[in-house]
Amino acid sequence: MKKNIWKNNGIQSLLASLACVVLGMLLGYIVLLFINPDGAGEAVATIIKNFLTYSRPETQAKYFGNTLVKTAPLLMCALAILFAYKVGLFNIGVAGQYCAGIAVSLYAALAWHWGWLPCMLLAMLGGAVLGTISGLLKSYCNVNEVISGIMINWITLYLTNMLLTKVKEDTSPYTYVLQHNNPSAVLPSLGLGRFFNNNQYVGLAIPLAVLIAIVVWVVLEKTRFGYELRATGNNKNAAKYCGMAEKRNIILTLAISGMLAAMGASMLYLTGYEQWQCSTSSVPGMGFNGIAAAFLGGLNPIGTILASFFIQHITAGGAYVDKSMYCAQISDLISAIIIYLCGFVLFMKYAMNSAIARKEEKALLKAKEKEPEPLPDPAETKEGGDE
Amino acid sequence: MDAPYAIEMLHITKRFPGIIANDDITLQLKKGEIHALLGENGAGKSTLMSVLFGLYQAEQGVIKKDGKEVAIRDPNDANALGIGMVHQHFKLVECFSVLDNIILGVEPTKNGMLQKKEARRRVLELSEKYGMRIDPDAIIEDITVGMQQRTEILKMLYRENEILIFDEPTAVLTPQEIDELMAIMKNLAAEGKSILFISHKLNEIMAVSDRCTVLRKGKYIGTVETKNTNMEELSAMMVGHEVNFHVAKKPAEPGEVVLEVDQMTVASKIHKNNAVKDVSLKVRRGEIVCIAGIDGNGQTEFVYGLTGLEPTVSGRITLCGKDITRASIRRRNADMSHIPEDRHKHGLVLDYTLEDNLVLQRYFEPEFTDKAGFLRRDNIRKYALRLIEEYDIRSGQGPVTPARSMSGGNQQKAIVAREIDKNPELLVAVQPTRGLDVGAIENVHKELVAQRDAGKAVLLVSLELDEVMDVSDRILVMYEGEIVGELDPKTTTQEELGLYMAGAKRGKVTA
Amino acid sequence: MVLLLQYTLIFASVLILVALGGCFSEHSGVINLGLEGIMIMGALGGALTMRYMPSGSSAFAMIMAVLLAAALVGMVYSSLLAVACINFKADQTIVGTALNMLGIAGATVIVKAINTAANPDDVSSIVQYAGAKKAFSTAIGSFEFSWFTLVTLILLIASYVILYKTKFGLRLMACGEHPQAADSVGISVYKMRWAGVLISGVLGGLGGIVFITAGVSEWRFEYGVAGFGFLALAVMIFGQWKPIRIALAALLFGMFRALSNVYSGFDFLAGLNIPSQVYNMMPYIISLVVLAFTSKKSRAPKAEGIPYDKGQR
Repeated sequence: MKKNIWKNNGIQSLLASLACVVLGMLLGYIVLLFINPDGAGEAVATIIKNFLTYSRPETQAKYFGNTLVKTAPLLMCALAILFAYKVGLFNIGVAGQYCAGIAVSLYAALAWHWGWLPCMLLAMLGGAVLGTISGLLKSYCNVNEVISGIMINWITLYLTNMLLTKVKEDTSPYTYVLQHNNPSAVLPSLGLGRFFNNNQYVGLAIPLAVLIAIVVWVVLEKTRFGYELRATGNNKNAAKYCGMAEKRNIILTLAISGMLAAMGASMLYLTGYEQWQCSTSSVPGMGFNGIAAAFLGGLNPIGTILASFFIQHITAGGAYVDKSMYCAQISDLISAIIIYLCGFVLFMKYAMNSAIARKEEKALLKAKEKEPEPLPDPAETKEGGDE
Repeated sequence: MDAPYAIEMLHITKRFPGIIANDDITLQLKKGEIHALLGENGAGKSTLMSVLFGLYQAEQGVIKKDGKEVAIRDPNDANALGIGMVHQHFKLVECFSVLDNIILGVEPTKNGMLQKKEARRRVLELSEKYGMRIDPDAIIEDITVGMQQRTEILKMLYRENEILIFDEPTAVLTPQEIDELMAIMKNLAAEGKSILFISHKLNEIMAVSDRCTVLRKGKYIGTVETKNTNMEELSAMMVGHEVNFHVAKKPAEPGEVVLEVDQMTVASKIHKNNAVKDVSLKVRRGEIVCIAGIDGNGQTEFVYGLTGLEPTVSGRITLCGKDITRASIRRRNADMSHIPEDRHKHGLVLDYTLEDNLVLQRYFEPEFTDKAGFLRRDNIRKYALRLIEEYDIRSGQGPVTPARSMSGGNQQKAIVAREIDKNPELLVAVQPTRGLDVGAIENVHKELVAQRDAGKAVLLVSLELDEVMDVSDRILVMYEGEIVGELDPKTTTQEELGLYMAGAKRGKVTA
Repeated sequence: MVLLLQYTLIFASVLILVALGGCFSEHSGVINLGLEGIMIMGALGGALTMRYMPSGSSAFAMIMAVLLAAALVGMVYSSLLAVACINFKADQTIVGTALNMLGIAGATVIVKAINTAANPDDVSSIVQYAGAKKAFSTAIGSFEFSWFTLVTLILLIASYVILYKTKFGLRLMACGEHPQAADSVGISVYKMRWAGVLISGVLGGLGGIVFITAGVSEWRFEYGVAGFGFLALAVMIFGQWKPIRIALAALLFGMFRALSNVYSGFDFLAGLNIPSQVYNMMPYIISLVVLAFTSKKSRAPKAEGIPYDKGQR
């Protein structure tokens, strides 16, 4: 049988993702046209350019670094979403687990003056605990993980505000600056900042996040654990039938997912790039943007690296649009549109496959007409399914 | 002037990608007759009926009602033409009442409000006229299968349908209920309704139908008057050659007990009663024990309880001398293989490749997973290639074929290969030949007998009387969750078996 | 105490409206996780109407216009869910989540654009409606009765009648339980599901406007609706997809939410010195606990969440 590259799942995912991006930008552009037709084209260009809007290469490098600093946690959130989704779980609790990661790592760093590694490990534990709660509720009480996730997100937000109020500046709602309060908790830079015009925030987090993406890929594709998780995600009845421990896998998956998200939080907040505002009124959007990155990345850990960068790139780019006409949330809008479009990916693949099938069918019929001999059993056909 | 035919389907052709499901088929239904449509699984009966019911559009051919050509684009058109159908899997909303199900789609209303009183009166009238007892206020999930079927029939009568299609209506019924249904069908025909009766059960066709149209592999074979034919002739038309249903095997030599189930009770998911009540049985080495019974009498739940898919309420299960009552599925699977009833629900991960499905029960063994937890891909491939070769599993791309794209028969072969190759002490096979063609059925039966001859214990659960009689060494009949009889296939008859299955007879059970 | 009752009623109204929305959608077979986004959009529609209605409008006209706008916007917005999940068989979870994000981002962008256009220095996402809001309630002694409570009560009764006494309700529920059965008797599953989702859009939109006018007289749209869409889903599950039970569940949840607004008015509660954050958390904690105890034996519509494919009849 001749290989048809359009049939390749990877190629199809890539095409579908590109379609989502292009359509998403286009729809964003149309929204901008409605708001103010004069600057729409320029605004979209600004969003796509992000740090390239600066003319000096040094400044570009510096802001490129900033984008990367925020890509790392986004990638971690996306991996968290993806990991759970492989088991058929939609872990919207990633946003709250991320929030817990912030709370725990900052509190350990600022109140107890721990080093960065124990802070990060504690954060991971915190995220894992939240994930476990969702997992327990799902497997033992049959609570939809999306609803429990949202509830836990809000609870976590209020707890975070309560906890971090103890380590905030007296005069502002923000937590202490990490560099001044406890330099030992700042993630090592590994000298990477040099390449980004001495951007002090660039460091360990970025290579670490990429490394973890690769680890996630290896675990899912190459190990027995990954085999079990994917089997459970595809057909949990079959997984149960062959003796996989379904409940254990659900809980473990959500725990790992929460751990990844919280680790991502520590990767950002332990650089000192941001402080937590103790009157924050909604969970950080990082977890939700992770959904966009995960699906845009075709639910492949490696694709997710690129998708995370892209999402962060346009989110950061949103900050540069002309404020007299548009607001920074334009990027959020585009991300949201992209997620919405990602819902159609299955349909796009289905359309591609049925187009291929129709083509092959025709070719087969033609071949049949040419030579009257019976063809070998066309085992590739689906059973009696039509549109 | 009335045309003699209520409905005619002339030269119908319907293709699906890669397969011609109906190839130039003609079916003519006379007014007031019971017309049987006979064919094996996959012969094209369901497709043809779907065309008639507007679910599929035929590429070629015409449909005529009372001699006039009609177009049936969807079930609404079919309804408008007075065509009604009792589907094999009932189309009933389980949490609705009988009455709600009957009026669904043709609800009498006044100012937008439902008028159930009037509907109830009409339903009771109809049920009296045709002798079908029902309780209009009962909820579907609480009533018996027979009652559910009567609800389906009343649905058609309520709509004043003239042409009634019964799609394999007897598969889920007890012999008594079947007799009742036959009477109802004759009653309906006498009242002038025209009936299409789809079946592959020859005795029923002989008993009730006036004429019979036979299909084979999507092709029209012929139409015969039932009174001028016999079962042998119909059977030959159906399968193309005289088949020898008998499975060649030597007498069993039962050895020690491998499986012992003691007073097992399993709760039902559907209703409040237990689905399996105090069932005890033993299976020995070198014998095939068959659990026979009408679908829905607790066989499925029994197997779930035995294999660990559902927890048991009480009782003890001993396998190879070990108590496995509370054991995990993985531990049970060490000595037990299970060919599941529903291959798509339990048997396969459809999005996995064939090779990944073939190691589904063994992927964790050292042969396939190394100490660090990584899968040993090359060993998996080797193993898969061997099974594919040995069990003749056909697929487009060999071991890397997605299971979803394989034909049903080959999917089943893959499951059978996987479960048998595990070399279990006990093989539990639930309807292992469901949906397979004659050749494949024979192969599966041979495999079962080979397992037995190799000194393994085999527990077969089957709904097909022929299979029960031919393959097993000992028959246990299950009725309403209980074992009601133990029979020897060499001395019993299908009729006697039928009485047990219907609960009309109970024997002493020693098993 | 009066204040507690007042807030309980108004928050319960929000939850009843939105939960009924979820109920219609799920009875038709579509899980609507986008209620949160629908609420925001409905709130936006209502808020902008308040802002632009001439100040001399009568109270009745104001109420009607605002409700109509919120319902309409919610309905239009919910069609995004319907087209994706019904016609294109998209994953209902992804699309619902996207609608929530799109709701916040979209509403923020729109409000900011309007604010900035009116005053280049104003980059906030706040809509103010202090004046218009007066039309929505009437004082009975010290108790401020919101007309929205009355509207909710009417819609609650209407929902009950529609679901259980009309042909439409029977067909809708058939589509959520066994779409193949509905299809086989000539009911268009797609149409019924569209209807279910659009009704949920209407009710969700109404819930949104009631929510943002419950107490405050301006709304910052970046805040969204604080998880109320999901609380409503919890109420719906607790209420077992039945309108009357939903109303009772909503009263319970509404009371806990109201507590966080008025706890300082109770001497013994204020005396406990519990941080306000804890009161804020209460509704979410309660809903988690309630879900943990009710989800196991909940009887959700059987076919919900499963896209209906005509080919698989």
